[in-house]
Amino acid sequence: MKGVRFWGTRGSLPVALTAAGVRHKLLDALRAARGQPLESETDLERILDNLPFAARATFGGHSSCVQIDTGGPDYFVCDMGSGLRPFGQAAMAQRSGGGAQTFHIFMSHLHWDHIMGLPFFVPAFIPGNRVVIYGSHSELEAALRRQQEPPSFPVDFRIFGAKMEFVHLEPGRRHDIAGIGVTTMLQRHTGDSYGYRFESPGCVVVYSTDSEHPLAEPEHTDRFVEFFRDADLVVFDAMYSLADSISVKADWGHSSNVVGVELCQRAGAGHLCLFHHEPVFDDAAIEAMLAETRRLEEITRGPSPLLVSAAYDGLEIAL
Amino acid sequence: MAQIATRQFADTLVVAPTGRIDHLSAASFEAALTPLLTQAGDALVLDFSGVEYISSVGLRVLMIAAETLRARQARLVVCGLQTVVAEIFAISRFHRILVVCPTLGDALEQSSAAALAAYRQAVPGNAS
Repeated sequence: MKGVRFWGTRGSLPVALTAAGVRHKLLDALRAARGQPLESETDLERILDNLPFAARATFGGHSSCVQIDTGGPDYFVCDMGSGLRPFGQAAMAQRSGGGAQTFHIFMSHLHWDHIMGLPFFVPAFIPGNRVVIYGSHSELEAALRRQQEPPSFPVDFRIFGAKMEFVHLEPGRRHDIAGIGVTTMLQRHTGDSYGYRFESPGCVVVYSTDSEHPLAEPEHTDRFVEFFRDADLVVFDAMYSLADSISVKADWGHSSNVVGVELCQRAGAGHLCLFHHEPVFDDAAIEAMLAETRRLEEITRGPSPLLVSAAYDGLEIAL
Repeated sequence: MAQIATRQFADTLVVAPTGRIDHLSAASFEAALTPLLTQAGDALVLDFSGVEYISSVGLRVLMIAAETLRARQARLVVCGLQTVVAEIFAISRFHRILVVCPTLGDALEQSSAAALAAYRQAVPGNAS
């Protein structure tokens, strides 16, 4: 595997940057530019680069969609949130000579925010393309067909011109898919969700979203530590604070940055990427959470450091 | 967790664990703390001055303890956090759901006037 690209990182519901939010960022940039040389493009770029991420950019608003670059010709994608739409457009732009494309799509679960991108996934409309949708839920195909039935959507699932296939993945068993080892594991979430462990020689990526961790069950924690074992990258549901996740938002099916650090440290993972951001958090709140998570990693560091990042729409992580 | 010591100041029980409260020791910490919750009067103070680290599993034990006490109108007060533990409380937002005081004297003052007086009497020079 060569890298991961995030197309949708927001939890539960897509969000959009508002006019007021853009104005706030512009004002921050203009304030930072006071007294600075502004003549060259380099001057302008330098001013922007010195701004905090929340002031010069945005974590973005699409719901879950993560692409894994396997190094092969096929596309690997985790979940079909609203980020699937821009991913599909990018994939269309990469078509060479109108050749057919194959997409392997891995579903954590079937909640709305993880399936809503499919009706807008342009490659699925292209005859000759192949879209293989994998999951461990028995209702996988039915759920995707149902979301396009009246009165929920005007265009039926049968409109797709690509060959649409569904593959059930037995949890706990390693499947070989286009040269990548793929293993799913049951997670705690209403209606169940599944984490994915992708393995290629010398490289492991774990995608674990919409997953609550009951702290009173050490055997549950141990299972996840093994699932994350020696991962190069763990994409982790860090939607809530620890306090919220085990008090007012207990049983809501999500986890925290604190548990993400602990699991990755015990598993010897190399990189924790905070994911499935709370939709009520603005950019500054997510950036602050990232800084706190890095500090937590620093003060609890074991034998080797754990890299911590926060996913944003457009982030690329090389493997 | 190496050990857990208790002291009584008037109507307030002070429980002082030491060492690390992590995934290896949280269960024994919970087993030691749980029976003390019924012994405590209107307040139980957790003196954390000897606690070097607490993980999510340990924090959960504190939340359960606070809920158990709250159910009978009693309260949990945590005090004496070491710097690292104070940071963990802040990052996990536990400082928002638990009552946290800087010192044992502050915690006993939160508990009752009798507890604070007993503390000052037991340890001369304890102004706070």
